[in-house]
Amino acid sequence: MDIVYALWLRNMKRYLRSKSRIVGSIAMPLFFLAFLGFGLNSVVQLPGMGGNYIQFLIPGMVAMSVLFTSVFSGVQIIWDKQFGFLKETLVAPISRLEIMVGQTVGGATTAFIQGFIILVISLLVGLQISSISGFLIAFGFMALIGVAFTAFGIAIASKMEDMTGFQLIMNFVVFPIFGLSGALFPISSLPSWIAPITLLDPLTYGVEGIRYGLTGVSQVNPIVSLLVLGGFTVATTVVGAYLFRKIQV
Amino acid sequence: MTEAIRVEGLTKRFGELVAVDDVSFEIDQGEVFGLLGPNGAGKTTTISMLATLLRPTSGSATVDGRDIERDQDGVRHSIGIVFQDQSLDEELTAAENMDLHGRLYRIPSETRRTRTAELLDLVGLSERKDDVVKTFSGGMRRRLEIARGLLHHPAVLFLDEPTLGLDPQTRNLLWEYIANLAREKGITIILTTHYMEEADRLCNRVAIIDHGRIIALDTPERLKDRVGGDVVIVRSSSPELIAPALDEPWIGRVEIHGGEATISVQQAEKHLSAIVTRLVERQVPVESIAIRKPTLEDVFLYFTGKAIREEEASGTDQMRMFMRARRR
Repeated sequence: MDIVYALWLRNMKRYLRSKSRIVGSIAMPLFFLAFLGFGLNSVVQLPGMGGNYIQFLIPGMVAMSVLFTSVFSGVQIIWDKQFGFLKETLVAPISRLEIMVGQTVGGATTAFIQGFIILVISLLVGLQISSISGFLIAFGFMALIGVAFTAFGIAIASKMEDMTGFQLIMNFVVFPIFGLSGALFPISSLPSWIAPITLLDPLTYGVEGIRYGLTGVSQVNPIVSLLVLGGFTVATTVVGAYLFRKIQV
Repeated sequence: MTEAIRVEGLTKRFGELVAVDDVSFEIDQGEVFGLLGPNGAGKTTTISMLATLLRPTSGSATVDGRDIERDQDGVRHSIGIVFQDQSLDEELTAAENMDLHGRLYRIPSETRRTRTAELLDLVGLSERKDDVVKTFSGGMRRRLEIARGLLHHPAVLFLDEPTLGLDPQTRNLLWEYIANLAREKGITIILTTHYMEEADRLCNRVAIIDHGRIIALDTPERLKDRVGGDVVIVRSSSPELIAPALDEPWIGRVEIHGGEATISVQQAEKHLSAIVTRLVERQVPVESIAIRKPTLEDVFLYFTGKAIREEEASGTDQMRMFMRARRR
């Protein structure tokens, strides 16, 4: 545990020092909130969802910011590889698993904080909290998304030589995961042939879980969301740990 | 004396390439041992195997009595390592890098703090301890890495090209640190280098390694003796005429590379006039003549038949350097 803590601490220090990264990754979901939220609020009617579009969009933006930050944190080990720091951890008398878990917990924490910041800002633009317990449910799902996708990022990074493939991963893996997750629109409003695809997207269950917590309404049963996302988290962690074991410097 | 490192028949293949070829040696406790050879000779690969970063294809080795394959954690506890490429976290301060290292080696916080202060003082970085490593020069980073490598009191310290790319002043300073470490702390140090001067100055014993094989292993003095006395260097426009002109029993080997002939001679001062006379008689054009005491450079030349610098400029090595630069 002390090793995991040491690596977590390193991640926190780096995170708090990179002001531009914090601001940069908050900007995107905020712009989405502003442009889509305010722009479409009066146009869009959500059948059977009660509230307005902004209320619907906020959980999606929270999930988005956790998703992007966590994948990015996981992939960061490529930087550690290129700048040499990874070797320092690999020759230390600690197991690969401890390193991987430390990186995952650190990345998930930064991702959670980023999502939390969006949540706080959302309160200012009109998010109405249904209940305190709902808030905690949302936190739980944010944490799960954070762990799952940091581990996912580590798995990818373990297979990548350098950062050149990063853009590819972002455009062809992470963005589709975000786009298909029902963060921007209710999955029930999709054509019937696309709806099953969204149900294959693990982030869908994260978004739905957070939405249930924040607004009290969701299209997927929160228990199902929890089970699917929980299972996905375990899977990515195991795969990430397995691939990281084989990493060579 | 007990041995700190024992290597037996260590071999590493990367596909077709045999990077380290059946290498065996022993290093005593407290010894400074040098692996000397050109880029791509297999020095770093050897170190990586001893540091448990690479698994050997065959052969075995123990470090501080622990087997590098069966007791990886034990080996990792016993060694400190300063890599050729830096391995610091640039976003953290010097003190934070030390602290993180201490935590990774499970050193209690009190000990961690006192040793950090002590070591940063030793390498002259006390005043910069709270500065982010990003702002450090190459020499400061290397010193910090050495301090960090010593934090957990390793029995064996690996230094992979510790002064590569540093200016002469910093290099001299580092040499002093390293020599002091060996003397005062009694740490076994194994260092790789392709600077002859470095090996000569620091090492008790030197293994000359080329194409993955150890071709000579002895103290720097005895290696130099083996070359056969002093070295006379003759620059000439037709150096190929020099060897036939000097057909005398007191002439040792004559090596030609570039426009120079390197001649091994016992007591060169005495024979200089004779050499000049012979060359003039045979009408060998002579541009300059110099005498020097043999260096490890001459030793390398003697054992491999080529100068270490020629080797470096060859195509495959440039390719390696290029690949390394790309990987960064």
